[in-house]
Amino acid sequence: MKEPGLTCPVPHEPGGTVTLAHGSGGRLMHRLIRDIFLAAFPDPALREAHDGAILDPSQDRLAFTTDSFVIRPIFFPGGDIGSLAVHGTANDLAMCGAQPLYLSCGCILEEGLSLEALATVARSMAAAAAEIGLRIVTGDTKVVERGKGDGIYLNTAGVGRVIAAQPIRPDRVRPGDAVIVSGDVGAHGAAVLSVREGLKFETELKSDACHLWPQVRALLESEADVHCLRDLTRGGLATALNEIAQTAGLCVRADESSIPVRPAVAGACEMFGLDPLYMACEGRFAAFVPQHDCERALAALQDAGAAPVVIGEVLAEPRGEVRLTTRIGVERALDMLSGEQLPRIC
Amino acid sequence: MKYLDEYRDRRAAERYARILQTLAKNPWTVMEICGGQTHAIVRFGLDQLIPKTISLVHGPGCPVCVTPLELIDRAIAIARKPEVIFCSFGDMLRVPGSQSSLQEARAQGADVRVVYSPLDAVELARRAPERQVVFFAVGFETTAPMSAMAASLARRSGLKNFSLLVAHVLVPPAMEAILSSPDNKVQGFLAAGHVCTISGCAEYAPLAAKYRVPIVVTGFEPLDILQGLAMLVRQLERGQCEVQNQYARSVRAGGNAAAQTLLHEVYEPCLRQWRGIGPIPASGLRLREAFADLDAEQRFEVAQIAAAEPKDCLAGEVLRGLRKPHECPAFGALCTPEHPLGAPMVSSEGACAAYHRYHRGGEKVSA
Repeated sequence: MKEPGLTCPVPHEPGGTVTLAHGSGGRLMHRLIRDIFLAAFPDPALREAHDGAILDPSQDRLAFTTDSFVIRPIFFPGGDIGSLAVHGTANDLAMCGAQPLYLSCGCILEEGLSLEALATVARSMAAAAAEIGLRIVTGDTKVVERGKGDGIYLNTAGVGRVIAAQPIRPDRVRPGDAVIVSGDVGAHGAAVLSVREGLKFETELKSDACHLWPQVRALLESEADVHCLRDLTRGGLATALNEIAQTAGLCVRADESSIPVRPAVAGACEMFGLDPLYMACEGRFAAFVPQHDCERALAALQDAGAAPVVIGEVLAEPRGEVRLTTRIGVERALDMLSGEQLPRIC
Repeated sequence: MKYLDEYRDRRAAERYARILQTLAKNPWTVMEICGGQTHAIVRFGLDQLIPKTISLVHGPGCPVCVTPLELIDRAIAIARKPEVIFCSFGDMLRVPGSQSSLQEARAQGADVRVVYSPLDAVELARRAPERQVVFFAVGFETTAPMSAMAASLARRSGLKNFSLLVAHVLVPPAMEAILSSPDNKVQGFLAAGHVCTISGCAEYAPLAAKYRVPIVVTGFEPLDILQGLAMLVRQLERGQCEVQNQYARSVRAGGNAAAQTLLHEVYEPCLRQWRGIGPIPASGLRLREAFADLDAEQRFEVAQIAAAEPKDCLAGEVLRGLRKPHECPAFGALCTPEHPLGAPMVSSEGACAAYHRYHRGGEKVSA
């Protein structure tokens, strides 16, 4: 039986949970899609209920990316897995100098997830997308048995229009470039840690998750010759700088005392023996710009609401390495971690 | 964080470096006991700031590093039992046993969970009465009171499904083992401030007197370590061998009496094998008779599992201060944080991991 029109979603029954039947492709699944996803995502392309979205890029250069989100817990101070799935993929597009336009939403739901939680996540995705006029145009839902998932996994793929006149990528980084960080680092990782099972601590900390596109657009419109952008997500600032140094075959030299870390993040890191330079951010990026454009770039970022700081510069040697001048003025390697940072034992 | 920033002040650090330059007229070999101190030394670059004549060697104060192979093997054997939820601090999961690691056991289906406090494991036992919850009690005097608290709590609440695999170790007997070894090079110690916060300083005076070595109880921030070193070098140059307390803002001479009482109520000293070092008398803790029914080794009958250490890892020499991590031929080549041969390359407090992370350049990844 065909589901009736999609204009007036019936609120799902309170206290309901996702069941395997929701993934069956039958009426329950259609009701789930209608009541939760279509209710949250009003895009006409999605309402066509076709197998895919038809986009019209005309002559534009497109950027295309995908990212999956498996965060625990799914709600955290300053966001949830839904807003994160939108910000994360949109920010990857922004890092290519592209305006995020279209998003897909793939959900893998675990039997037993509360429909209330799912609806909250969907609304949060819609709100995050609306912030920058990003359209969620296609999607997919699967349900797995209880115990085979972690409540909800999301995958979003995104398409954006490249606005930057010059390519923005690691191989354009040059010796002498200034390294700018768009704000204080580590708040997202510390905020998620503060609500993680077995580790909860009281803090006013909120995730820094936000759209980077408004800041990137301001940077591009300032006509600074942006060589490379990199968001500071998994592995944090240290990992991002290492990736750029290795891909560009150059050295990034950073000054520890100039890297902004807010006191609550520094405090949480001290308590657990973690280094804020490896903590994930979801609303911060590093920009590599020539020295002569540095002031212009800083001013543009400031006007867009960021708190940018120059934390270092690019050198020719030693190739592929990040060198850090520590707080006490000694230089050392700032390496990538081999795995996750673990809280210390004593 | 203002409180901490003051202990990381660059000018003050440079001032201490100059003081050390003036004080150190002879070459000295000094051991910092605790892995947390090792980590701070290489993270902030203190080893490059101090005079070249002072050689810092890194001690056995990394609980992950010194847990013997056979206890890891026993942990894995327990974790593989279908009724068991095995709880451990995260660092222990990657430590290689003789065949496998807890992490590999988990990937093969064992229910291994990372906890941040032993009390979380007790809570888990309460919530899952149909399962057997085992906590891997690893660590020095600093973490032993917490696991003692867990044992005491489990006893009081009559939990039948909670037990401990005890691997706790004590610092002073390890210092004595290093000092009494015929090839010992260590002339002075920076003792571990956190350990002394619990157990006080009393145990160090007999060691200082017997082996004629100065011992300075030291904190973990750059200025703590530099000040501790200055106190130590001053004693060395004067031929003194006293116990001094640099970390007075945390350490009282008598330590934490409440923690000590709890510890002695639940545990008693025992002979313990140290990975890379060997057996040291009275250097470990085991559950007292009154708590013996909480002993996971007895409950799951794994006490007979024995293991010999591999010969290709020089961790023992590193842990005794005879070699520095990069002097091991396997360092950075055969032995990396991704493929550790020995425990000091695994733990974030391990000397080999600290050297690999801060002294060596970036691991190359493909673009």
